[in-house]
Amino acid sequence: MTQARVSIQTEDFDLSAEVALLRASDARVGAVCSFVGTVRDRNGGVDPSVQSMELEHYPGMTEKSIEAMIDEAQRRFDIFGARVVHRVGLLQPLDQIVLVAVTSAHRGESFKACEFLMDYLKTQAPFWKKEKTPAGAHWVDARVSDDAALQRWGISGANAA
Amino acid sequence: MKITVRYFASIREALGTGSESLETQATNLAQLRDELIARPGAAAEVLARGRAVRLALNQVMSDEAALLTEGCEVAFFPPVTGG
Repeated sequence: MTQARVSIQTEDFDLSAEVALLRASDARVGAVCSFVGTVRDRNGGVDPSVQSMELEHYPGMTEKSIEAMIDEAQRRFDIFGARVVHRVGLLQPLDQIVLVAVTSAHRGESFKACEFLMDYLKTQAPFWKKEKTPAGAHWVDARVSDDAALQRWGISGANAA
Repeated sequence: MKITVRYFASIREALGTGSESLETQATNLAQLRDELIARPGAAAEVLARGRAVRLALNQVMSDEAALLTEGCEVAFFPPVTGG
């Protein structure tokens, strides 16, 4: 069975199991690069003020946009496979939010493709975070620095600005 | 023409709905946004020019020049914050 490239889910994921499936019986693979994003208990300041986080997304568009990002990564980099898992719903500090894993023959292409996919996802995939703090709940602001990160790859998709 | 309009995150909350079907005279996204702003209610503020509003047409990020088609799905949402 071929592993799906994109999963949007409320349940947690297992990095080892995901990587094992991605490399399964592909002896061409000499490098696996993965990134896991997690929920922090603070946003900006030093005080641990985030009690929980609610993640909303646009079902249908989310999957489509990430599939397109992986296609673009395949065009740009010499990679074999890629896997993206993103959680939605109610999350707590310490929870895992997102996984990006990429395989290639040598490390350079995996490192680049993994970072490219994360930079792309941060500014182009339709997810929204709402933080709950003692002062109330609020929607998280997009960061201009994330737009700048995408621009390094020659893509001028303004999200925050 | 008849289209579906969807709203997400802070815009969805402000409008009190995530989706509506409507009949529009607009031919592109800019005109549709103007029509929505002109309606009574919260849209005038949350979709106002100068506000950070992102748009999708048929589930692809689009700019305001994109043309509407019969039965298309348009979405209005704030800048994305995933990952």
